[in-house]
Amino acid sequence: MGDIHSISRRAFVFGSAALAGGIAFGSYSSAEPAVTSGNGNPLAAGLGPNSVSFNPWVEISPEKITLIAQHVDIGQGVGSVQPIMIAEEMDLDPGQFEIRFAGPSPAYFNSGFADDFVPFLAADQSPAAEAARAAELESLRKSGLQQTGGSSAVPDTYKKLRIAGAVARETLKVAAAKRSGVPVADIRTQSGHVILPDGTKIPYVELSAEAAKIPPVLDVKLRDPSKWRMLGKPMTRLDVRSKVMGELKFGIDLKMDGMMYASVKLNPNKGQPLKSYDASKARSMPGVKRILEVKNGVAVIATNSWYAMKAVEAIDCEWAPSTYPAEQADHWKILEASFKPEFLGKEWRKIGDVDAGLKSGRLIEAEYRAPYVAHQPLEPLNGIGIVSEAGMEIWVGHQSPQFVQSIAAAAIDLKPEQVTFHNQWTGGSFGHRLEYENVRVLAEIANQMRGTPIKLVFSREEDFLQDIPRQIAIARHKGSVDKGKIVAADLQLASTAPLKELLERSGIPSKEPDAQLASGLWNVYYDIPNFRATTYEAKGLSPCTTWRSVGASTAGFFTESFIDELIHAAGLDPLKARIEMCAVPTYRKLLETLAEISDWKGPLGNGKGRGVAFVEAFGTPTAEVVEVTMTDKGVRIDKVWVAVDVGKVVDPINFENQVQGGVVWGLGHAINCELTYAKGAVQQTNYNHHEAMRIYQCPVIEVRGLENDPKVRGVGEPPVPPAAPALANAIFAATGMRIREMPFNKFIDFV
Amino acid sequence: MIELTVNGIKHQVDVIPEMPLLWVLRDELGITSPKYGCGVAQCGACTVQIDGAAVRSCQAHIGDLAGKSVVTIEGLENGAQHPVLQAWIEHQVPQCGYCQTGQIMQAISLLELHPKPTDQDINEVMSGNLCRCGTYPRIRTAIHAAAAKMAEK
Repeated sequence: MGDIHSISRRAFVFGSAALAGGIAFGSYSSAEPAVTSGNGNPLAAGLGPNSVSFNPWVEISPEKITLIAQHVDIGQGVGSVQPIMIAEEMDLDPGQFEIRFAGPSPAYFNSGFADDFVPFLAADQSPAAEAARAAELESLRKSGLQQTGGSSAVPDTYKKLRIAGAVARETLKVAAAKRSGVPVADIRTQSGHVILPDGTKIPYVELSAEAAKIPPVLDVKLRDPSKWRMLGKPMTRLDVRSKVMGELKFGIDLKMDGMMYASVKLNPNKGQPLKSYDASKARSMPGVKRILEVKNGVAVIATNSWYAMKAVEAIDCEWAPSTYPAEQADHWKILEASFKPEFLGKEWRKIGDVDAGLKSGRLIEAEYRAPYVAHQPLEPLNGIGIVSEAGMEIWVGHQSPQFVQSIAAAAIDLKPEQVTFHNQWTGGSFGHRLEYENVRVLAEIANQMRGTPIKLVFSREEDFLQDIPRQIAIARHKGSVDKGKIVAADLQLASTAPLKELLERSGIPSKEPDAQLASGLWNVYYDIPNFRATTYEAKGLSPCTTWRSVGASTAGFFTESFIDELIHAAGLDPLKARIEMCAVPTYRKLLETLAEISDWKGPLGNGKGRGVAFVEAFGTPTAEVVEVTMTDKGVRIDKVWVAVDVGKVVDPINFENQVQGGVVWGLGHAINCELTYAKGAVQQTNYNHHEAMRIYQCPVIEVRGLENDPKVRGVGEPPVPPAAPALANAIFAATGMRIREMPFNKFIDFV
Repeated sequence: MIELTVNGIKHQVDVIPEMPLLWVLRDELGITSPKYGCGVAQCGACTVQIDGAAVRSCQAHIGDLAGKSVVTIEGLENGAQHPVLQAWIEHQVPQCGYCQTGQIMQAISLLELHPKPTDQDINEVMSGNLCRCGTYPRIRTAIHAAAAKMAEK
């Protein structure tokens, strides 16, 4: 694990020193390394008798077929589409296989980060950009970093899982050929069976022992998408039925023999220790078995979760104070003072002569703000752990399996390989399950209760108090317009650094500027002759972390609101101007499609307004139109049109659901949510303080998926960033009022 | 010991009377479809039926439920054939799915109240059920679809 740390640090370094040194890289293309992943097959060690595994994703025993999902399901549907990508090539039907989440292994390194981790714009397909991505891929392979995030699950697995399925299919055919004496060329597969020319059907499971004796057939050809049975077509997610029936077990639903229940009260001054506590009241409360001290708080062990929560609530704690300002106003003051050279993150992009450009034409300046917000998936943080002499076993839904091992191990002086991790279905994440509060504390508790399985459940209030929020940010944008054109845009923001901080907490600190702060700021595809994008990284504020769409959730709002201001000042139509300025043909097509589906015709009048925004995040361009009506009860959001280009839509119904959900997420938090600090703790501790969107505010959302992008892209996050600016721009169109700060409900009422 | 009927089966539980039904179901009886989301009736993930009415089980004290009948999604009469569940499956409402059993139990109650609900009826009855994934457009579609299916009968 020490090795993984040091190497994966390299993987996370944005940009490649090797590339800068001029080393030429061969192209990465062949199927073989993708399947074997160059990092071994972790399934080999656990195989039972007469069982076979061809690669890290397929396991066949005489009883059953198991397909491995390396990305954890956080609601985005990858618990379904990953196995279906394998099943498509393997000729398996739903119901013929089981699904298991992958354990930690470098075999499951995430190749999907390669595009986003290099300092090239997503639309840049130049040889230099592609070479950097190829080098990054090799770096990721060496790091072995297994992680779900960055809307990378489908880009990572689109090819390798289909290859994994094809390898299994071809190898099973060879096994059948050996048994029957029939040439492989005359053998086919269908619905979980190998079929011989005489019609004899051999179930795959009956061939497992023989398939285990032959080397996997790696020279496979993937089927043309026109031949797909399931992918690309409306299909039912494999987890829909069990979720509707209430049968699916989330991490919080697991139970073990002899299990005890724990709940915690931790220092709300994030990252600071416990000073002292008085548990005299809690000790005599019903169901209480033990009171334990952990590094940053206290835990109650009880006979059920509710007893544990009630008792821990009754403990009086004295906390060490926060290292960040106790009061929210001082957070803003520090941020306001961070636009200085000593806090420079990076000047990410510079085109033309920005200073001269700003002096010509009419100068426009605006300041924007975005607050801390919480993740708060509906399933609170939880986990089950048991510590014995041999090590720790942990059941928890998490996006970074290897870091669960290293964090739990470090908390109780184990080696990471002594921690056995079982990933779980999760009730959402939005970035919350990339952090470790529950993992570290569960290790500490289970270590004091050795031999007893401990189920830890955070109360909602505790979850809010410990939620490491989205970054806080201010933008100070300048631009100029002249003769009906945008002449210059000088985009600057100061923010806390979410990805950099997450890496540090994960044990792989980076000295590089946080590239997530540039997302939505530097990747602007309008033809603006003088352009500059600069980030500043504020110090000494609340810890922050990645929140659905990360940097673009704030920068996308700032940039696309400001572009709208410039377009307005230039006297242009917001959507037509964006189309005309758009420098990337596929992105221009996306904007044209948006105009078409929304039937864009300019101003609506009669108290109605439409706004548009276009943001590329994680390589996926997304454009949205929001339509609002001013009513006597406030702004009503009537309808949203979304156009998204992901190169290939693999799971169309889930795709639409994800896009709609992303829009709801973006709108709901922009309207209603902020976290504010007082006395070092956040003041919002349940959903009544941090509602986001409920059904009564939810508009009709029409989605169009496009497949023009040359690469396969993800869709979990990219629909979020355009939602807030499109809404703000719509409100401007309806009222003439520019809202430059989230949450919007501080400035205007919503129905 | 407190006696309680869940999905037609009588149980004896040894807990204090103040304990919320939610936690009795989950931790004492192992019925996990009602979910813990907020504990203060803000999210609706714990919704079950008590004597036929949709109730937030995090707010119902076990000591008040003597002689009452609790039904969770596991105990619905038609099971998977229930038109609301059918509509939820057909329209693939869930993403993470954590809130959905609560949404469904609330929607069943809505359709008893308003067999042909308007969008406004849906807003009024379903706004207490939070979905962090944002499946609201599909929840709305599924409710209308279930209402149409139920009207056929």
